[in-house]
Amino acid sequence: MTDPTASTIAEVRSALERREASARDVARAFLDRIAALEPRLRALLTVTEERALADAAAADERLARGERGPLLGIPIVLKDIFATRGIATTCGSRILDGFVPPYDADATERLARAGAVLVGKANLDEFAMGSSTENSAFGPSRNPWDPERVPGGSSGGSAAAVAAGECLAALGTDTGGSIRLPASYCGVCGMKPTYGRVSRYGVIAYASSLDQVGPFARTVRDVADVLGVIAGHDPRDSTSVPRPVPDYAAALTGDVRGLRVGIPREYFVAGMEPDVERAVRAATEQLRALGAVPVEVSLPHTQYAVATYYLIAPAEASSNLARYDGVKYGLREEAPSDNLGEMYRRTRDAGFGAEVKRRILLGTYALSAGYYDAYYLKAQKVRTLIRQDFRAAFERCDLIATPTAPTTAFRLGEKTSDPLQMYLSDVLTISVNLAGLTALVVPCGFDAAGMPIGLQLIAPAFGEDVALRAGDAYQRATEWHLRRPPEPAPA
Amino acid sequence: MEEKRDYGKWEPVIGLEVHAQMLTESKLFCACSAKFGASPNAHTCPVCMGMPGVLPVLNRRALEFAVKSALATGCEIPPTARWARKNYFYPDLPKGYQISMYEAPLAVHGAVEIETPAGTKRIRLTRIHMEEDAGKNIHDAHDQHSLVDLNRAGVPLMEIVSEPDIESPADAAAYLRSLRAILQYIHVCDGNMEEGSFRCDANVSIRPRGSTELGTRTEIKNMNSFRNVERAIESEIHRQIALVESGERVVQETRLWDADRAQTFSMRSKEHAHDYRYFPEPDLPPLHVDPAWVDELRSSLPELPAARRQRFVGEYGIPPYDAEVLTARRDLADYFESAVREHRNPKAIANWVMGDVLRLVRERRLDDALVIRDWPVRPESLARLVALVDDATISGKIAKTVFEEMVATGAAPADIVEKKGLVQVTDTGAIGQAVEAVLAQHADKVAEYRSGKDKLFGFFVGQVMKATAGRANPQAVNDLLRAKLDPMNVRS
Repeated sequence: MTDPTASTIAEVRSALERREASARDVARAFLDRIAALEPRLRALLTVTEERALADAAAADERLARGERGPLLGIPIVLKDIFATRGIATTCGSRILDGFVPPYDADATERLARAGAVLVGKANLDEFAMGSSTENSAFGPSRNPWDPERVPGGSSGGSAAAVAAGECLAALGTDTGGSIRLPASYCGVCGMKPTYGRVSRYGVIAYASSLDQVGPFARTVRDVADVLGVIAGHDPRDSTSVPRPVPDYAAALTGDVRGLRVGIPREYFVAGMEPDVERAVRAATEQLRALGAVPVEVSLPHTQYAVATYYLIAPAEASSNLARYDGVKYGLREEAPSDNLGEMYRRTRDAGFGAEVKRRILLGTYALSAGYYDAYYLKAQKVRTLIRQDFRAAFERCDLIATPTAPTTAFRLGEKTSDPLQMYLSDVLTISVNLAGLTALVVPCGFDAAGMPIGLQLIAPAFGEDVALRAGDAYQRATEWHLRRPPEPAPA
Repeated sequence: MEEKRDYGKWEPVIGLEVHAQMLTESKLFCACSAKFGASPNAHTCPVCMGMPGVLPVLNRRALEFAVKSALATGCEIPPTARWARKNYFYPDLPKGYQISMYEAPLAVHGAVEIETPAGTKRIRLTRIHMEEDAGKNIHDAHDQHSLVDLNRAGVPLMEIVSEPDIESPADAAAYLRSLRAILQYIHVCDGNMEEGSFRCDANVSIRPRGSTELGTRTEIKNMNSFRNVERAIESEIHRQIALVESGERVVQETRLWDADRAQTFSMRSKEHAHDYRYFPEPDLPPLHVDPAWVDELRSSLPELPAARRQRFVGEYGIPPYDAEVLTARRDLADYFESAVREHRNPKAIANWVMGDVLRLVRERRLDDALVIRDWPVRPESLARLVALVDDATISGKIAKTVFEEMVATGAAPADIVEKKGLVQVTDTGAIGQAVEAVLAQHADKVAEYRSGKDKLFGFFVGQVMKATAGRANPQAVNDLLRAKLDPMNVRS
């Protein structure tokens, strides 16, 4: 077959099923490409070569027995927030130094059962807190389109790995845009499923009421295949929803005639790059050309989304991260044996980076006696209003199309000194998490600097099939997703 | 213990918080065993060890137990309860927070009745909520290290909070006994204070007698027996009275009971109180307890101690005190009723159960178990023993001997009586001969008796019983002696 690292899941699967290539050959090709690109790209924290070759051998045996499956023998990458039994899981933090989980995340298990081949674990902002991967304790990843720019975050390593051809698909998590922003910045597809659609079991928690697992891939069709494998009820996650998983691939009919596509006026914000707005407007025109019906809608509480998010997410994080205390696993900084408080302070001071500490402080403050009502409780009320905005909008449309971010990928270091500027990268994605909805990002153009632009398609809860159908129809009519980043000069 | 205390112009106001460990097989949020006594950290998994990314899943049996407890204490079950996180750092708390309930507890507005010298009182319950237990730190094993055992981490607890309706240390102990009996009746908690499966904190304040305002309260911890609860509260009341009467003020704080020194000591003041930063637990959906399931559980509840106590008085005609003792444990009340079904002499059976049976139960520590299965004698056998007394086959005195033999050998009472020749002598001819012989032998005493020394009558009874090896029917002995010694009385 042609170079698998320049292919899609669908193409490689077909080659594997026709025995034109073995899963081992495919894994080898990706491992070689990883070895060549990683010194510069740094999308991965761990390359799981041994595991990949073992997975590939097992996949070959299953293929030889005539087994078939959407991901059988397909090389994938997991964000290093997914617990992987026997493989270091750092969450991009020094505080998990040396932690090797004795369990797999549900998504890890489902991919393994499906015969996917794990080639590595991807870099991320520490504890998924960030929009650029610059908050990783192990250094930032680079954007394959321009190594001077960030890949977006927090799942930046996953997006960069897919864009650069280090794997055919990757998993990330999305708490406020952490799948969609890097998908947009790296020119790949990414989906944040409905809250409860994919199990959070074994996914290191950042903000439990917002975190959701989702896939990256080059095409919407590939996204649908991965989602079909990882979605479904898990009794180990009480917030996972016992609802049948539709056949997402079957939903890709290419037909969007009559589909009402809402365009929210609040999403074309001041400070948006003109190239971004142009590309997104062109994309909605394309959908109209395919038979969809654009509808203007309003989401009036959008302006409060970032403020609401930065109360709720840090509040939950301040509690979720309390377990990293040096007692049970990971980093411990020793202190005099009679001073437990000092051991906690030294461990957490050395183990957490600046952004994580900032959010722990924010969240602790928001939950403190005397402030709870004014901050946390008020934020929950606004969250309800944001949810109601979407409910009202979805009475008038089936899908909402928006830009993913106001700009394309920014330069490394450009926003690290200004957390508020960094937070505003997520202004167009956060509401979807607050409302518990699903959204798909597909490439829809490039700016003047040649950086990718992403179209965000938001669907009602459990409307993944609708978003995928629209995204797939769009990709049948456009070629943005077929462009590849420039090949780096050989080292 | 029950002596009446006088607090002068002061009256105490007491509320209790009880932590009751539920007798589920597994922990509240994972499948690990909840059993006590395994080697350290044997009963742990990624969930109860607080590893990254793992999630809690509610043990439905624990919810069932808590709902039953709520129903047994007359609580209402609101349509929605919510889990909440209570945040604090401690090595025995693996997640850095305890999953508990805060603003929306499982149950509210219940009551527990207690028997006091002043009659029945009703202690209202504010709420019952569920929560997970913490682990245990072990400090004495090494010089330089403390060790952590997480076997207990995640074991299901109920916190049962009373209103400040308790008026004395003795009433506090009575409340704890009543509450424990209820939980034991429904097999939800074994109620072992020493092992910590039934723990109590007390909120204590004082106010001028007759006042309706509440004074500043202190919270007393570390009381591991009913007796210590009474002593600690008593001590704290007197400390507060002395403080106020010397012109000082009670400070809101947590105090620890030191049983050896019989005093409470300040642990932390309100200013140093933790801010637990409670917020709704995002990993668990709100609890909507199905009303149909609640009705099902309600109808499955056994008769509870208070109702059973009243029924025992009415149905069996036994004194309230006896009814109280017999219904303190469900198994004891069951035992009593089994015996009474076999032979209907409730008063005599009550005496046996409360006397010899309970003495042996306590000596053998059989009551450490939630349900006593290995009784010293079976209730049917006890009933037959009482029947033998009632039909005059044996005397009450012989019955004691037969009982000991039953305990020792497990043999049936009738067999023991027959084998050992213990059948009571009711034949007046044989007893008459013994009477004649005794009177003849003690002619001097007969003379003294007749000259007015009435007390000697007992002496003659004793001598006759001795002569008949205790087998003579006591009534027959009495009658015959009276006939011989006081012919006038007999004739009249």
